Amino acid sequence: MENIPAENPGAMDRRQALKWIGAAAAAAAFLPHATAQDKLPRPAGGQRIGSDPVLNKTYAPGELWPLTLTPKQRKAAASLTDLILPPDNPGDKQPSQLGVQDFIDEWISSPYDETAKDRPVITGGLDWLDAESRRRFQKDFADLAEPQKCAIADDICGKTPVKKEFKSAQNFFNRFRYLAASGYYTTPQGWKDIGYVGNVPMVDFPGPTPEALKHLGLA
Amino acid sequence: MAIITEKDLQPIYDVIVVGSGAGGGQSAYTLTMNGVKVLMLEAGRNYDPVTETPMFQSKADAPLRAMSTREKPFGFHDATVDGGWEVPGEPYTQASEDPKQRFFWWRARMLGGRTNHWGRISLRNGPYDFKPYSRDGLGFDWPLSYEDVAPYYDKVEMLVGVYGSNEGLENTPDSPNGTLLPPPKARAGELFVKKHIAKYGMPVIPIHRAILSTRQDHVNFPARLHPNNPKAQKIIAKAMQERAACFWATDCGRGCSIKANYQSTTVHLPPALATGNLDILCNAHAREVTVGADGKANGVVYIDKVTGQERAVKGKAVILAASSGETARILLNSKSNRFPNGLANGSGLVGKYIMDTVGAGLGGSVPAFENMPVHNEEGAGAHVYIPWWLYKDAGKLGFARGYHIEFGTGRGMPRLGVGAAGPGYGKSYKEEVRQKYGAGIGFSGRGEMIPNKDSFCEIDPAVKDKWGIPVLKFHWKWSEHETKQAAHMHATFAMIIEAIGGKARKPEADGSKAIEPGGYIIHEVGGAIMGADAKKSVTNQWNQCWEVPNLLLNDGSAFCSNADKNPTLTIMALAWRATDHLIEEMRKGNL
Repeated sequence: MENIPAENPGAMDRRQALKWIGAAAAAAAFLPHATAQDKLPRPAGGQRIGSDPVLNKTYAPGELWPLTLTPKQRKAAASLTDLILPPDNPGDKQPSQLGVQDFIDEWISSPYDETAKDRPVITGGLDWLDAESRRRFQKDFADLAEPQKCAIADDICGKTPVKKEFKSAQNFFNRFRYLAASGYYTTPQGWKDIGYVGNVPMVDFPGPTPEALKHLGLA
Repeated sequence: MAIITEKDLQPIYDVIVVGSGAGGGQSAYTLTMNGVKVLMLEAGRNYDPVTETPMFQSKADAPLRAMSTREKPFGFHDATVDGGWEVPGEPYTQASEDPKQRFFWWRARMLGGRTNHWGRISLRNGPYDFKPYSRDGLGFDWPLSYEDVAPYYDKVEMLVGVYGSNEGLENTPDSPNGTLLPPPKARAGELFVKKHIAKYGMPVIPIHRAILSTRQDHVNFPARLHPNNPKAQKIIAKAMQERAACFWATDCGRGCSIKANYQSTTVHLPPALATGNLDILCNAHAREVTVGADGKANGVVYIDKVTGQERAVKGKAVILAASSGETARILLNSKSNRFPNGLANGSGLVGKYIMDTVGAGLGGSVPAFENMPVHNEEGAGAHVYIPWWLYKDAGKLGFARGYHIEFGTGRGMPRLGVGAAGPGYGKSYKEEVRQKYGAGIGFSGRGEMIPNKDSFCEIDPAVKDKWGIPVLKFHWKWSEHETKQAAHMHATFAMIIEAIGGKARKPEADGSKAIEPGGYIIHEVGGAIMGADAKKSVTNQWNQCWEVPNLLLNDGSAFCSNADKNPTLTIMALAWRATDHLIEEMRKGNL
């Protein structure tokens, strides 16, 4: 039985999308396209989420299925995460200290087609990143000085036209940034950083502030 | 009486209720408050929102940041367990390979059923909605009118707690003073839309949702709900005091441990259990309704899902509220010499005229929302909506019936995709993410589908589920009344997004591409339609099967139209009304 239509899986969480993020983010969000993904290399072992998981607990990456990044890949992932999402506020932790790379590892190691299709992109990209770092600077990416990291990132991040030889690296970077940002901004520090101040109980719903109304010309 | 195991079953019950969601919960509530001994059968497991709801968990607490998966289509923290468009071991089949002719059947195998996760949008059908055939010659009139149902809408709103306002708009009924709870304030983006689309004659008004914006009036409501029934008044007064008001955090779709929103499991079942008149047997999947020599329903055969054994229980009357599809399935599987084509199916209409809601969505980004001063916009889901505003244009639109618009804005809990900005990285990228957070908007149309002959379900002659029960095969077809409506939705949403200075995704001019597949909106109704003529319907206006008067269908299966208003409130109102009638008939000895 194929009840979940492969051609439009993004429609499945339409209400959730509508409720909270607005459709701009939904449209830009990664919508998995089911293709022949069973052919992808897939780590063995681990369980799916299942239809009746315990909901009111915290799941650590690796709890349901084993993580699969090598220590070297993990180090590169942590370093790139911190380059993409550097702390802006005093006292904030580096995203790697919040375990964002562990989320990325959980994602690519999962038994789900929608995420496992990122596995070759991410692992291949991390390997490339170290190789490129050694080629240019004779060190792994994590051991580079920040300007050296930026030199590589600038070539692949898409801010300026990307050279042909870096196209697959750009694809990796886009995907990695999507995952790093999704991992980071869903943590309490990420909430504060982005300006999300909900998830706290209130006696009354206050509605928009005078500043917000003014911002929209409604005051 | 309580949540029981099989060994505690009584030899016979006054009424067996199959299903524990909106229809089953309301039926059991009404019966037990009036002293009737009830057994409720639930196909799923016991479920307790008070202890199981993830109230403040972040997406980071969940695997894969709470991504939508096949097992949890609405994301990890959604209240639904053992449910979705797929239930392992319980397939259904499609008559056609054509994707546009498929129906996607959502089920929730858990106590409280789909009420645990639903959107809580609680709009009354209006006077037009009960007489659609009389207005445009399409579909069917109901064998009852708005005035017949209105007192039950009043009661359901008081019982479950609905916030909203009275606006006096066409076919959008007001509630009696003091019935509704105050609506929450509109969010900034909602007010912005309201201001900019007034020129199109589109009202933006508080939506009605089954959420306690304040605590219920436990002093006055009980006597209005249960006149001359002091015991019932006492029980419901206590139950109302055990519910807290909404604290404006935590997605309602997760369920609510403080009982601020309506779930059958927190609102209908606790007082029903407190009467001492209700037994609930979980993991009991009804297979068929049994019939005595007199042609009346006398019990239910079910599968004990723990042991896989087939069991039987006896009742003097049976109420099916298993969900429209499951109710039709039970009837069609209840074959006997007297009812060779399935129970109560002399008309041949069991399984026919199934409906969903017409759904289409379009989103965009709104520069005016960027860099909004930080404030808490969480609230409780939608606070406002746009009711159908073109009643006067019905003849000119190319489709017969209307739709309402639900929309979402605001700075909600960040989720997957939140950093979909770029290019770049570092401080400038983070600045752009902050700027664009909360700048999205999404519109969803929810419209009326007209029942048609090509949308129905039947028993698949070849396929059985893991319990050995024959499964449903679905046939589905939208008519142009639906697809043109969906195209109109897209065009309207693009117009609104442009009116607020936003950039919309490309609207779909082809309605057959804009429309969501059948079953996606999870407003499955019909399949055993009510009517005034026994030859042309399955039940009468009391949800009572024409051929089996002690068998009621108290879910959405008896709906003979599916107005744009979300069906749950009407399911509850009709279940209450039908159950009152059943009690009266039992007292009179008419059954």
